[in-house]
Amino acid sequence: MSSLAVPRTEPVADSTPGTAQDRPPLRRRIALIPTVTLLLGALYCLLPVAWVVIAATKSGRELFSTFTFLPGTGFAGNIRDLDAYRDGVYWQWMGNSALYAGLGALLSTCVSAISGYALAIYRFRGRETLFNVLLAGVLMPPVILAVPQYLLLAKADLTDSYLSVLLPQILFPYGVYLARIYAAAAVPADVIEAGRMDGASEWRIFTRIALPMMIPGMVTVFLFQFVAIWNNFLLPYIMLSDDEKFPITLGLFTLLEQGANTPALYTLVITGALLAVFPLVVLFLVIQRFWSLDLLSGAVKS
Amino acid sequence: MRSTARRWSYGVKGAPYAHPSPTTTLKRARSAPYLFLLPAVLLFALFFALPIGYAVWLSFRKVKVSGLGLGSGARNEVWAGLENYTDALSDSELLHGTLRVLGYGCIVVPVMLGLALLFALMLDSEKVRLAPVTRLAIFLPYAIPGVVAALLWGFLYLPDVSPFYFVLDRLGMPQPDLLDGGPLFVALSNIAVWGGTGFNMIVIYTSLQAIPAEVYEAAKLDGATPLQIALRIKIPMVSPSLVLTFFFSIIATLQVFNEPTTLKPLTNSVSTTWSPLMKVHRDAFGEGDIYGAAAQAVIIAFATLLLSFGFLRAANRRQKQEAAR
Repeated sequence: MSSLAVPRTEPVADSTPGTAQDRPPLRRRIALIPTVTLLLGALYCLLPVAWVVIAATKSGRELFSTFTFLPGTGFAGNIRDLDAYRDGVYWQWMGNSALYAGLGALLSTCVSAISGYALAIYRFRGRETLFNVLLAGVLMPPVILAVPQYLLLAKADLTDSYLSVLLPQILFPYGVYLARIYAAAAVPADVIEAGRMDGASEWRIFTRIALPMMIPGMVTVFLFQFVAIWNNFLLPYIMLSDDEKFPITLGLFTLLEQGANTPALYTLVITGALLAVFPLVVLFLVIQRFWSLDLLSGAVKS
Repeated sequence: MRSTARRWSYGVKGAPYAHPSPTTTLKRARSAPYLFLLPAVLLFALFFALPIGYAVWLSFRKVKVSGLGLGSGARNEVWAGLENYTDALSDSELLHGTLRVLGYGCIVVPVMLGLALLFALMLDSEKVRLAPVTRLAIFLPYAIPGVVAALLWGFLYLPDVSPFYFVLDRLGMPQPDLLDGGPLFVALSNIAVWGGTGFNMIVIYTSLQAIPAEVYEAAKLDGATPLQIALRIKIPMVSPSLVLTFFFSIIATLQVFNEPTTLKPLTNSVSTTWSPLMKVHRDAFGEGDIYGAAAQAVIIAFATLLLSFGFLRAANRRQKQEAAR
């Protein structure tokens, strides 16, 4: 397992001098207190995940009768039940989540990239005002937006559609903020000037010169926005009524709601939760190679 | 890409092509940022500004029912003035929801940030083993949707399936109902702490890594212990990121909605108005009172903004004071 800090050595935003690497080599002794503290923390964070992995192997009867951390025999049966539940609506939810999060994060990263680039590179009238107004969007509680968003989209006859969940999530103020910081750090002004001297259009300079330089940071932005949309519950909860369009969060919630009356559904909820966590964990392990911690620290420092 | 590169080099060396005059470049560059920002501005207008404006408008309206409320024209939308606001502010349910969330925040924010700081300092200490693995494990909950996290913990709180109850039972100890009364606050706070510690830890850890090594070496030469270094050097130097994480945690806490909503099917103690946002949701969609809900939403948004700006100003002032020192 490679570490989260790997990109420290990658050519991302200028790295700060005198980081951990410059410290004197560690002696071969274990610092007991920090190591144990971290292990306890890891145990705490892994506990529910370990629980769901084991609980998903239990049949409905075993779930309530055997010791929690003892594996059961019902995993294949649970998957079959989940697959059979309402003609496989579970897979539909997973597909919907992938669509909302994948397409949504892609569009949203594009908007963030171009807005962040414009805010970082150009000096123009109203720049800071525009930026601050966009950023104020972060502070708006989601329900405050979602209620009138629902009413407005209802007037446009768009509620209960894929678009009603997709469109409001394209603009992520936090993504614009990160993209601006990243563009300022990664795209040198003289490169843009050189492009202009050669007569390249501003659009061409952005797509051909600046964008490739911004890719590592944009991977992070994509990841943030993918997770944000995948994890979003409130917006689809308000917008959607047709459960064929539900994302996985909402699907599992409705399953749990029904499970309160029919405990047989609990095993489905648990197995469903395990499978829902799986793709994001895999995505994390893959994407952490590109993950740029410098970006985060840049965000904090400025 | 390649052809572009070739054209540049021609351009730079021999300048064989007509260069655009400086004025055209300037003009182009002048309109470019506005064009580049157009998508963001359009989306902002449509999905942020317009809904906010609409919510404010609705908050001053109400439905007037004439006669028996039957037939078309019997229900009219009329101007309500501040009526919805006075109703909201005198609503005891909203007040209680706010107090509940404040109590919840008083547990979540200190515990979460305390743990995040502790783990970040431990990760940053010398000779620590298994740091990459534990760091990833502690960060993992960030990848798990709040609803799924609440669902997993909800099951861990259920006496029939929970390992805690099993252990307590074997030890012959009393088994508190985690989903009721005071323990419910702890149970809900735990979900938020579990989900948020890793992210905040990474933010703090990253700024710890940016502290130059010489600072530590000087302190060590002076005979400072690791604890003294942590308390006197590391924590003060990462205070900007602590302020930032504190700020975002407060905002997130005030907006709690997913976790209590998810736990609701598992217990009768979480009401539909547990948090202020849950009440807004219930009033708008459960009761169909969009006008009252809009007024409450505006009040919550206003309080959030006020709190944020107040906090940012206080943080700025402190920074300036420190810089002046």
